[in-house]
Amino acid sequence: MTVLSPRNPDEVEQAVLWAAGAGKALEVIGRGTKRSLGRPAQWDATLDLSALTGVTLYEPDELVLSAKAGTPLAEIEALCAANGQELAFEPMDYGPLLGVAAGRGTIGGALAVNASGPRRIKAGAARDHLLGLTAVSGRGETFKTGGRVVKNVTGYDLCKLMAGSWGTLAAMTEVTVKTLPRAETEASVVLAGLAATVAGDAMAAAMGSAYDVSGAAHLPGSVAGRISADLGGRSVTVLRLEGVGPSVVHRRDGLCALLRPFGTASVIEESLSRPLWRAVRDSLPFAAGGPSGERVLWRLSTAPSGGAGLVERIGRAVDAEFMQDWAGGLVWVAVAPTQDGGTAAVRATIAACGGHATLVRAPAALRAAVAVFEPQTGNLTALTKRIKDGFDPKGVLNPGRMWAGI
Amino acid sequence: MSVRMPEPDQALLARRDEIVRALRAIVPGEGVIATERGMRPYETDGLTAYRQLPLAVVLPETTAQVAAILRYCYAETIPVVPRGAGTSLSGGALPLADGVLLGMAKFNRIRDIDFANRVAVVEPGVTNLAVSKAVEHAGFYYAPDPSSQIACTIGGNVAENSGGVHCLKYGMTSNNVLGCEMVLMTGEVVRLGGKHLDAGGYDLIGVVGGSEGLLGVVTEVTVRILKKPETARAVLVGFPSSEDAGACVARIIGAGIIPAGMEMMDRPAIHATEAFVHADYPLDVEALLIVELDGPQAEVDHLIATVSEIARGCGAMNLRVSTSEAERLLFWAGRKAAFPAVGRISPDYLCMDGTIPRAKLPLVLARMKDMSAKYGLRVANVFHAGDGNLHPLILYDANEPGELARAEAFGADILKLCVEVGGVLTGEHGVGIEKRDLMPVMFSEVDLAHQQRLKCAFDDKGLLNPGKVFPVLNRCAELGRMHVSGGNLPFPDIPRF
Repeated sequence: MTVLSPRNPDEVEQAVLWAAGAGKALEVIGRGTKRSLGRPAQWDATLDLSALTGVTLYEPDELVLSAKAGTPLAEIEALCAANGQELAFEPMDYGPLLGVAAGRGTIGGALAVNASGPRRIKAGAARDHLLGLTAVSGRGETFKTGGRVVKNVTGYDLCKLMAGSWGTLAAMTEVTVKTLPRAETEASVVLAGLAATVAGDAMAAAMGSAYDVSGAAHLPGSVAGRISADLGGRSVTVLRLEGVGPSVVHRRDGLCALLRPFGTASVIEESLSRPLWRAVRDSLPFAAGGPSGERVLWRLSTAPSGGAGLVERIGRAVDAEFMQDWAGGLVWVAVAPTQDGGTAAVRATIAACGGHATLVRAPAALRAAVAVFEPQTGNLTALTKRIKDGFDPKGVLNPGRMWAGI
Repeated sequence: MSVRMPEPDQALLARRDEIVRALRAIVPGEGVIATERGMRPYETDGLTAYRQLPLAVVLPETTAQVAAILRYCYAETIPVVPRGAGTSLSGGALPLADGVLLGMAKFNRIRDIDFANRVAVVEPGVTNLAVSKAVEHAGFYYAPDPSSQIACTIGGNVAENSGGVHCLKYGMTSNNVLGCEMVLMTGEVVRLGGKHLDAGGYDLIGVVGGSEGLLGVVTEVTVRILKKPETARAVLVGFPSSEDAGACVARIIGAGIIPAGMEMMDRPAIHATEAFVHADYPLDVEALLIVELDGPQAEVDHLIATVSEIARGCGAMNLRVSTSEAERLLFWAGRKAAFPAVGRISPDYLCMDGTIPRAKLPLVLARMKDMSAKYGLRVANVFHAGDGNLHPLILYDANEPGELARAEAFGADILKLCVEVGGVLTGEHGVGIEKRDLMPVMFSEVDLAHQQRLKCAFDDKGLLNPGKVFPVLNRCAELGRMHVSGGNLPFPDIPRF
């Protein structure tokens, strides 16, 4: 298949214009770490943006960084770390789940899928940290939106529209994100052996406290054991605290006391806490090549208090493993590779509990047969289609990746 | 009044009685106001230089009524201007002579408080402060706190993506909204988001935030609520120059500290507020900084010490740390009363709202001083120093011929300067009509066309709040057209494999 590798934004524009004129469909990629996520649509050519690299602006005192969309995320994270900063939305790396080496994604890719990590519950999602961007829409026109300052309501916030649009509206060529100080230290408070419903209550209690919890996850014993042998055997409910030393100590003690009704909590220090949260972020217990690597993997977003009920309901219907993040609001479901990969159970559960589900990993045949993204209903279907038509009237950019016709 | 609104449609003006009757069939009784006297309170918003009576005012109470009103207006091609509490500083709720003014004030109920999910589901006419009041018994609050929070409503906050002094640490409205119910101009009702933390599909709740009432009418909003921090303390620091104060701000952030709020005032603002609220501000300084730290006691104590040390190193002339809640509130009293305080020393003022990269502050203040001399108008500055959002208050007298026009020209020059140094036209007040004609300073025609295509997806006839935000009203059919040429690659030199 033809691969177009533009070296600059002008060439991106030309590539899209060519596709629009020739009636071709383009697959838009950065370094391709999430290529197998989505409907297996038919593309005529690949628009590879990985040559658009480089940090174009970084002013740590202004908490702002701009980079070409194809810049490796790892490079940006290293640069921020060298300045005591980070991308606070803690972008998830889909690579390990999808059989791609870790650390290969681009900043553009992370933002295009709104890849937010465990800190979503405190610091916001990727979309909350995207300040501005330049992109080429399906019309073959370069437009910009937003800026380089945090506070900006000048015109529509098209940054939010682009974050999570999976490249179906425009190909981003340059992005500007907020950077924030990296926490001086962190620790995690752990409760062992809680049932999922009790864990949900414990996480809600922690999130409803003034202890500024920046991660709240619940892992069944079998899943936890894959992250660390020390955690194996019993379920663990983990709560992360980040900040300056004295603050973390104070909040750790307060949180342990608050959670006493749920059991005696133990504490994990920074050296173990960091890798633990990285594993939760990337959903490593379900990594390709791991013990559950053959399972069909779903990512469910629901109201946090509904997480435990959702797990129970799906667990009754199909052979599934679970991991909950976002205080219960993000549920990973790894289903034994049966015929429908748990589709019926997952969709019915979401319909009952609210939220949405994405089929993150499945054989192409299954992704072709069932909805990968949450099927749209009612007036939203037509509204989404009108937005797509406005930005990409010829259906050039990633057509069909999210839904047929989009 | 330099901003022109679209010419009213004479045919609609002639049909006024019929339109009022149709609205009365949807909203009975006092819910439709058609007398001049009754409509007078709706003729303007916080941008009082502009006034216009609407065709009629309608005050629905249910989503079904909102849908029926919009369905009718869509079918009859009647413009609609949505309005919350009318506190907009950019003219976002300015009525149209041939348009229906849709007041959402009766949507004032809190529908659900859900501590387990840390959200509140409220109607758009609920005031910002009322959300915090409704959850404070459990120690929770709603973080965005625009200074008009006692009056402004959540619906208006969503429309303008309002901030406030605490958005440096806790984000703007968009960052704190998870879902909404919204009625499109066609009368269709859509639900966006919910109590879950990310959008399934396009992030439409994200684009509705800050859309200034041009995309739809919000009838319910789900907002995040947070547990109140254990404690909060503030440091009040006076500096001999704004450069020193600006350097202090940069060094605080450079030290990895994100304060809950970080506000600056210049000498005219300090003097005006001190005369008004007697907050005991130092009067011999050129710039005053208020830095608030919140969190656990141990953390706040630690950070207060660090911030104080940085401030002294930046040439602070005096420094006070609040020792009680009463003292902390006193520090804020002046800043929060800055607008009315300036109102006392001038018959009228225009409040600007540009945002700049923080490092450009001394340059911008110096240039503003020159402009002040050039236009012969005084200016007082309050500044969300942490996030670079400036609020220059231009003092003028509307009764002096030509002063309003001069003040507007001065304001436009300030905003152009903000864009020139890498900033934007508006940080939190919205474009409305006030900054509408300056949009081309920041955006190209192509940029604006892409924004308007989003508008077309929501409102193809351009009936919701026309004349706001966009300087040129393009027809959706023209915006949708796309001409493409041939099928040959016009760039044979791009590498491909």
